[in-house]
Amino acid sequence: MSSVYVAPSSEIAARRLGDEMVIMSVRDSTLFSLNEVATLIWQAADGSTPLHEIVQRTVCAAFDVDPSVALEDAERFVRELVRHGILSLSDRPITRVPATRPEGV
Amino acid sequence: MLEERYAGFVNRSCPEPLFELEVDLVPPGRVAGGDDVRVRQESGRWSIERGDFRAEWEPALRRGWVRQSPNPHSIDSTLRIVHTLLLALEGGFLVHAASAVRDGRAVLFVGPSGAGKTTIARLAPENVTLLTDEISYVRLAKEYRAFGTPFTGELGRPGANSSAPIEALYVLEKDRGNRLEPMRVADGVRALLANILFFAQDPDLVTRVFQSACEFVARVPVYRLGFVPDATVWELIR
Repeated sequence: MSSVYVAPSSEIAARRLGDEMVIMSVRDSTLFSLNEVATLIWQAADGSTPLHEIVQRTVCAAFDVDPSVALEDAERFVRELVRHGILSLSDRPITRVPATRPEGV
Repeated sequence: MLEERYAGFVNRSCPEPLFELEVDLVPPGRVAGGDDVRVRQESGRWSIERGDFRAEWEPALRRGWVRQSPNPHSIDSTLRIVHTLLLALEGGFLVHAASAVRDGRAVLFVGPSGAGKTTIARLAPENVTLLTDEISYVRLAKEYRAFGTPFTGELGRPGANSSAPIEALYVLEKDRGNRLEPMRVADGVRALLANILFFAQDPDLVTRVFQSACEFVARVPVYRLGFVPDATVWELIR
């Protein structure tokens, strides 16, 4: 799953508050909150940078963490958000990124 | 009936009302199908209905109508829903919360039925002015302000027709002792959103309400307030 691309779904609203990201699915109003690490990944999820690069550039740069462990954690987190429909995942760059990224993202 | 129910909130003259509703009274009975509230928009016109009433409202014309029997609950619901739509557009909201003013600053106590809104309102000291024990009206200008509403819970007494800037939001929890702790922002947003009144299945407005809740929590401190039902709880309120 390392050469995958991720981007926020177009059916969400998101807002950064302090170190946390609060995200709501507009479809069913379900709320999610991301911790500091997950927020770093979310903010870098532009659809064109592979996930392993995102993890390398953000998480590994900010924290003293084993890159393979960080990537495994990121993949688990990504799968969870994809399951809830708030993140899109593809094995190719995602060009259908929302025209305007949600406020605060 | 309206003058009695909304006593204290009735203006004899209002040259430019925010909107006008024509009330079409019909005999008691079902006016629309379904017991749940349905709020839809089509071509700029909102349609609002529940078993006991039907209403339409056109924001551009500032006009609408409601068809209902002579009862206070249907008109209450119509007015609340129209205000949820109006407030969503300007960054405010209606929320299940008691609110009160002390020393010129308002505090909100949010929680679902049974959380203690009416209890905390009953326990308020004499120097506190009650804005509502049930549904608070929150608007954003330069700052968030709470306004009194005639919508009352078990207290059965309309709030004061006044407003004040909001100092803090307390999320109510009945507890074995009085306890106050700051909430994480995400938990604050979750608690606030869970209690905001909003019925329209409209993605744009739902997004606006979400952003309003986030903005509110970013500006106003939110605390979890565990309490036992006696007046000492007010000693924890700033």
